[in-house]
Amino acid sequence: MKKNMIDEINFVTPEPTLTVPVSINCDGDFKILQGIDNKPVNSLATVEDLMNRDKQREKDGFPRKIKMGKIVKPSRGGNVRFVIVPTTTEEKFIHESKPIPPQEDPQGTGSVEGEEGDIIGEAPLDPQSGEEGEGDGAAGQGSGGEHEVESDAYELGKALTEEFELPNIKDKAKKKAVDKYVYDLTDKHRGFGQILDKKATLKKIVETNLMLGRGNLPDIKNVDVNDFLVSNNDKIYRVLSKEKMYESQAIVFFMRDYSASMWNEPTDIVVSQHIMLYSWLSFQYQGNVETKFILHDTEAKEVPDFFTYYNSKIAGGTRVHSGFELINKIIYEQNLARDYNIYIFYGTDGDDWDEKGEKTLEEISKMLEPVPIISRLGVLVVNRIGASKSNVEKYISNSGMMIKFSNYLKLATLTTRATEKEIITSIKQIIR
Amino acid sequence: MKVIDQHTKKIMEGCKERAKDFGLDFHNETLEYIVTNRNLTELMPKMMIPTMYDYWVHDLELLKGKGSYELYPHNPYETVINTRPAVSFYNDNNPDWLNTMIFYHVLGHIDFFHNNVFFYKTWNYDFMQKALSDKRVISDLRSKHGRWVDYIIEFTKGIDNLVGYYNDLGIEFEDIEKEKVDKKIDYYFDIFLQSDHVDKNTQYYLDEIERFNSVKDVDEFFLDVIVKYPEFEALFNLYIKEESTTKKQIDLIQYLMDNSLFLNKKENLWMKDVMTIIRNSSMFFYPQMLTKIANEGWASYIHETLFLQDERIKEHEVDFAKVHAGVTALPTLGLNPYAIGMRLFEYINEMGNKGRYSKEFISLKDEENRKKFDNKANEGKDLIFQVRKTMSDFQLLNTYITDDFMKKYDLCVIGVRANKERKTKEYYIKSKKLKDYKAQILDYLPHPPHFRINPKGCVKAKNSLYLYHTFEGKALKNDFINNVMLGISFLWGDTVLLETSEIKPSEVDTSNASPSPLWRAAMTAQSIEENAEEILWERIIYTMADKKLSRRKK
Repeated sequence: MKKNMIDEINFVTPEPTLTVPVSINCDGDFKILQGIDNKPVNSLATVEDLMNRDKQREKDGFPRKIKMGKIVKPSRGGNVRFVIVPTTTEEKFIHESKPIPPQEDPQGTGSVEGEEGDIIGEAPLDPQSGEEGEGDGAAGQGSGGEHEVESDAYELGKALTEEFELPNIKDKAKKKAVDKYVYDLTDKHRGFGQILDKKATLKKIVETNLMLGRGNLPDIKNVDVNDFLVSNNDKIYRVLSKEKMYESQAIVFFMRDYSASMWNEPTDIVVSQHIMLYSWLSFQYQGNVETKFILHDTEAKEVPDFFTYYNSKIAGGTRVHSGFELINKIIYEQNLARDYNIYIFYGTDGDDWDEKGEKTLEEISKMLEPVPIISRLGVLVVNRIGASKSNVEKYISNSGMMIKFSNYLKLATLTTRATEKEIITSIKQIIR
Repeated sequence: MKVIDQHTKKIMEGCKERAKDFGLDFHNETLEYIVTNRNLTELMPKMMIPTMYDYWVHDLELLKGKGSYELYPHNPYETVINTRPAVSFYNDNNPDWLNTMIFYHVLGHIDFFHNNVFFYKTWNYDFMQKALSDKRVISDLRSKHGRWVDYIIEFTKGIDNLVGYYNDLGIEFEDIEKEKVDKKIDYYFDIFLQSDHVDKNTQYYLDEIERFNSVKDVDEFFLDVIVKYPEFEALFNLYIKEESTTKKQIDLIQYLMDNSLFLNKKENLWMKDVMTIIRNSSMFFYPQMLTKIANEGWASYIHETLFLQDERIKEHEVDFAKVHAGVTALPTLGLNPYAIGMRLFEYINEMGNKGRYSKEFISLKDEENRKKFDNKANEGKDLIFQVRKTMSDFQLLNTYITDDFMKKYDLCVIGVRANKERKTKEYYIKSKKLKDYKAQILDYLPHPPHFRINPKGCVKAKNSLYLYHTFEGKALKNDFINNVMLGISFLWGDTVLLETSEIKPSEVDTSNASPSPLWRAAMTAQSIEENAEEILWERIIYTMADKKLSRRKK
């Protein structure tokens, strides 16, 4: 026995210390190289750290360098997958590619059988360049590749989380575990732990003594406490433990008018705003927010994914109420109000065949009265330059609902020449 | 991240033996690590060097890499670091035959690093250790100077592609004094004819080269020069005198370190330590940039040759063929350095064995005889080892891409044009000529712009720095100019001027400036035909003063 112990001691090799030696090139280097075990990179700044650093740059008199980029993997049928990542460019003096003389075509190297002049393949002209005249204004927004959003958009996202989050979140029946944890003294442990749970300990003592038949126990009136045996095992402690957090669920409806009047710019603006909202939601809530997409002209339809939503071409006339009707139908049929916080973001040019918007207002009021079942309806109206106040804007403002349900119904207006900054401001208006 | 297990190490050692028998030359000690894809993503921003100094851009790239890995997972096979002992990273769970193939590939790289002369300066150098000590210096400085260390890293990195790799190599051989007469020729063509003493004129320059080539005697050549420019001798002597007194200028980073009043203030001297680290790292990676195709081609050639000879992995030929083809397929459109490099080595080997680099073959004109020519010279292997020892990508491509090589692999230049009727873009074979193909493929090679610092005759205020961009048919990337200049001017501590060339905007049709040439072609094909004109360039001077950039025509 003793011999074994000595052997053991002899075989214990000291762990290589991973503290960084003070001087350069001292003996520990090789061990450190060997010890670059599971984590080759130790310092990792979070996006937050990076953004703070970027802010500091401005104070130091240098332009900001970080943008938020979006990597998109579009797929039909399934959802579009987004990942929001910070990006930056390390500027250097580098050459542009050689300018192509006016009559020349762009070129590259290749390997293919054939003679000079043979056509070896063709591909659709990049839709990003916009097929003019077809009125597909929405195309090209983030369809594949990287699409960078100004870091302001990230700032917005951050501000939205810190200050507003999705507004009016209430406890709903359905909750979902999120990837966050809290540490709490919830777990119980016998024998040792951080805090003695007195009530649980007393219960345990009684239970033990009851089994042992001590202290005259079944007779509640004449309990002999002095006869109780208290063992260490009866002490129940609370221990600090990791708990999964549960969050109330949210569902977001994106709806846009895709009638003929939305041709070109209005669609662009609406889709831009919804893209930002959508990417912010994907980013902020990491896929925990469910989304639904509705398009309407005179009739409304639900489309399966964001890809179809922003790529759909414009159709016929405009009946705004059809969209709200469909949303209400979905909410009732799927009983969403019980389980979800419901958000609706709607974009339109404000044109409606129903000038007074009676039906539309009726549908909206269904959402808000007697008690609001939705958490927010954010309407964006894009006015064409020079046009007067649009129908939708008029009848919503005149209805008085904006005041009565000021916390639930928000309206923002933009012109067709809105810049990205203005779009971001409009998001603030409808989220706040 | 852990060292490979004994079983796998044994395979590696077996590969080493066979590789050495084949003629590869490398140190026996190597370190192989198993890494996860996650590890690799983490190492990517650090140029795969785990001990690389910390810098926020690395962190940011890492976050980005993780994001894109989520959407587009991929599985890199291996990575080799040029250090002593050589370190390489592998994926977990590879079958033995795949490891064998990868090991040969890695040994090809190690051999290349170890023998190619462009890596001369890295031969006795443990970069992992060097990087580790740099990392400590940087983190030490960071504890004293905080984020300013990162600004110095950033600004120096802004010009680290301009390191004077060749100048630095040259220092080693400085004692081999150039003949004075050679210097005179260099001075005449490289400096004098491009200076303001003469009426700058490309045609005249070319004529002079022509004349130089045609005269037998150099003195005779300069007789005429002196007739035209009597001041030439005096200027040349002045130049020689100046050159011998000034320290050799290696690159912009070094120039700033030597001459910036700001950096040489006592409280700022630490910045030079940071700059030195960035410059050394860039110098270290420079030869890898110069030899991408040769290096990958060599490694692929080696793994293909040695794998198929290795008796240990019999029966896995089909598996091998699949993976190998994936790595080395010639793309219909594009450039795969593995593919073109490997085929060049194969081709050189074959041609060498048939003695086709001989005078006999070159002077042979008859097509049929050329096809059949084989003098059993068997020089292939010597030749490819020679190429891997002495050539960079430029030399390899420029020397060994020939008409026959192009024909053998159907290489060509492919053009893209818009088809207005079909609303498509179509790809077509634009040229099968050697000249065009070579021009295109050489254009892919990295070629940092060249700057002259404070050249003679530049107009500038005292204390400001003048950068003269040597025009090579391409403009500088415009969006980058501001930030790079901002960085240089910070390091210089005063005004910085940049003289460069830009395309003169067309006065007739501004749509010519449209960023997409394809669309320009599609939309305005007719209007362009009417206004067909040459691209015109003009010299522009940018000035960075007080953190503000201004632009004017020269």
